[in-house]
Amino acid sequence: MVIQQYVASVDQGTASSRCIVFDHAARVVSVSQKEHHHIFPRPGWVEHDPLELLNNVQTVVRNALEYAQLEARDIAALGITNQRETTVLWDRETGEPAYNAVNWQDMRTDHLVRELGGEVGQNRFRDLCGLPLATYFSGPKIRWLLDHVDGLSERAESGDLLFGTIDSWLIWKLTGRHVTDPTNASRTMLMNLRTLEWDDELLDAMGVPRAMLPEICSSAEVYGEATGSLEGVPVAAALGDQSAALIGQTCFERGEGKCTYGTGSFLLLNTGDAPVQSANGLLTTVAYKLGSRPAAYALEGSIANTGALVQWFRDNVGLISTAPEIETLALTVEDNGGCYFVPAFAGLFAPHWRDDARGVITGLTGYITKGHLARAVLEATAWQTREVLEAMNSDAKVRLEILRVDGGMTANNLLMQFLADVLDVPVVRPLVAETPSLGAAYAAGLAVNFWPDLETLRGHWHRAAEWRPKMDPALRAKGYRKWQKAVQRALDWVDEDDDD
Amino acid sequence: MKSIQSIERAAAILTLLSGPARRMGVVEIAGELDLAKATAHGILRTLTQVGFVEQDPESSKYQLGAALLHIGSSYLDGNELRTRALNWSDSLASRTNEAVRIGTLHDGQVLVVHHVFRPDDTRQVLEVGALLPAHASALGKMLLAHHSYAAAECIKAGLPRYTPKTIVDAAELRRELEETRDRGWAVDLEELVSDEAAYAAPIKDRRGDTVGAIGIAGPAERLCVKGKTRSDLAASVREAARSISRELGALPG
Repeated sequence: MVIQQYVASVDQGTASSRCIVFDHAARVVSVSQKEHHHIFPRPGWVEHDPLELLNNVQTVVRNALEYAQLEARDIAALGITNQRETTVLWDRETGEPAYNAVNWQDMRTDHLVRELGGEVGQNRFRDLCGLPLATYFSGPKIRWLLDHVDGLSERAESGDLLFGTIDSWLIWKLTGRHVTDPTNASRTMLMNLRTLEWDDELLDAMGVPRAMLPEICSSAEVYGEATGSLEGVPVAAALGDQSAALIGQTCFERGEGKCTYGTGSFLLLNTGDAPVQSANGLLTTVAYKLGSRPAAYALEGSIANTGALVQWFRDNVGLISTAPEIETLALTVEDNGGCYFVPAFAGLFAPHWRDDARGVITGLTGYITKGHLARAVLEATAWQTREVLEAMNSDAKVRLEILRVDGGMTANNLLMQFLADVLDVPVVRPLVAETPSLGAAYAAGLAVNFWPDLETLRGHWHRAAEWRPKMDPALRAKGYRKWQKAVQRALDWVDEDDDD
Repeated sequence: MKSIQSIERAAAILTLLSGPARRMGVVEIAGELDLAKATAHGILRTLTQVGFVEQDPESSKYQLGAALLHIGSSYLDGNELRTRALNWSDSLASRTNEAVRIGTLHDGQVLVVHHVFRPDDTRQVLEVGALLPAHASALGKMLLAHHSYAAAECIKAGLPRYTPKTIVDAAELRRELEETRDRGWAVDLEELVSDEAAYAAPIKDRRGDTVGAIGIAGPAERLCVKGKTRSDLAASVREAARSISRELGALPG
């Protein structure tokens, strides 16, 4: 009998799909990554081709195995982590997608969510599902598709049409089972946060037929065996990317938290086995549910536009040719020159939740150069983190003493140092920056006893870099004041007739 | 000042070929720039001879040549290198349990563009931006081994001594660099700091140019056995360098 030495994990993200193979000591053995297309049919709409996502996942899995000269039989389990909320509908019989995947950033449900809020407003369902009504979440996206695409409504009622977030779509294609996990289900606005079951009141309100929904399993159990290049490998974890990152950072205790810096950025704080309602505009979400153990909950602060802002600066402004060059450009100047950039391209997330906001660049003078703009772009990420962290400290009644960070932007030293400076806490990067992948591997590994317990996983966490605050407190206070003034200038920009 | 017409025309052709069309026939080029066909042909022939332009043998169309691409230099943004190397440098740190650094040549010294702490959770300080002497560090010797011009400059500038083992003799350094290049990895045995050792291997881009070096450093008692290098550590460093090179598009080998 072969003793398997490796766990594979797939991270199907907003920008790309990635497969990483980890060994027993949680070291990266092999990586393969592939970007996919974004489809923009109209302003504010963002879609992917579900089949392209699936093909890319299969490609990166095959490549990752090949790079490490491994075969399916060397892999103990596969974990899946994914961009959350992105919505796929497909035919139960043919497996054909009924429509493109509607991305979490897509704003077509703008009017719909306002309608759903009615008299009560955006917090109408907050007690049940932990979320405010906003365009990101899957439930309203399903409703929109059923209303606007011919024939879907009937097929949904009859059970011919299936819904899934990306985890469900991939697992269904890999194993034939229609399942999801509570972390993904908690982003649909259709799941009751306490029972972890689909909630009739929410289904009624959104008009989503129960027949199209996947079964909610735990985040770490064997859902089935894979086909394709992973033939026979147990598919044993499904986690939304942020939950996976929390596990990858081994934030298993109440009061432990992390921030992942990617396209958007997400600060999650483990609040233990009970959901905490936020008074400051944060989301309440399921952190993870590992097998038969009780679920852990988290408070989440999301920042819409961080890495995406750098990409925008690269692609739409064209002052840099690769994202990392922003650091080089920013280092051509000493400071931001008084320039602040509030990247409210699609409104502001936590703690403001203002969809009437749009981006502004303030403090412009004749002195400002492209270097100052690059600084302002990077600093926007840090200031937004500070807003979210303050909200979180207040809701959870604990002060985060150290910020564990991960994600691609942690390669940006200037940003990480500035983050430590404006938060006034040490910022620490662990040895594996790809924590969503690691977290999904951990969950899958726990499910098949590749790793025995959480303590073992904790032992793998090591500090790879640390940035300590060194900014003059007066400068910090002034910068934050200016940032808050800049935010005020971004609000109340959108008018009723802007869609016309 | 009067400009030289044929150089102006050559520049216009190169600019044209760097545009969206990429490959163009001589008639097309002549038409686009309002030149006689014979004139365009003459300039293209000269540009082909110096390698700035290549002619596709099948279609007879012209495109920018490899020599021109090399003139753009093997410059790779250090921040870009760090970003692309992140996973592999982490992996190297956890495999060897030593601190990892990535360096590039900068005015005859080694600029540290990335640093991963030794994964033992002791207090360490991030050294990104620090400069190391090229002739006395493994990273530096690896880089000099592949950049003969920089090596000559370094020797010309003088080879200061840091420890009794620092190589301060020009001929000896040249021999060491040659050996390093042949071996494919560099080693520093207490040449920069007494009781400390380091290994390094080259990071190459898709053209095969050495754009940086990755290495580990730590106490000689851990990194050496009885004063001799450890081939397992050198192999891990080389493996990481190869993975990053592959990430940058270098061909395996």
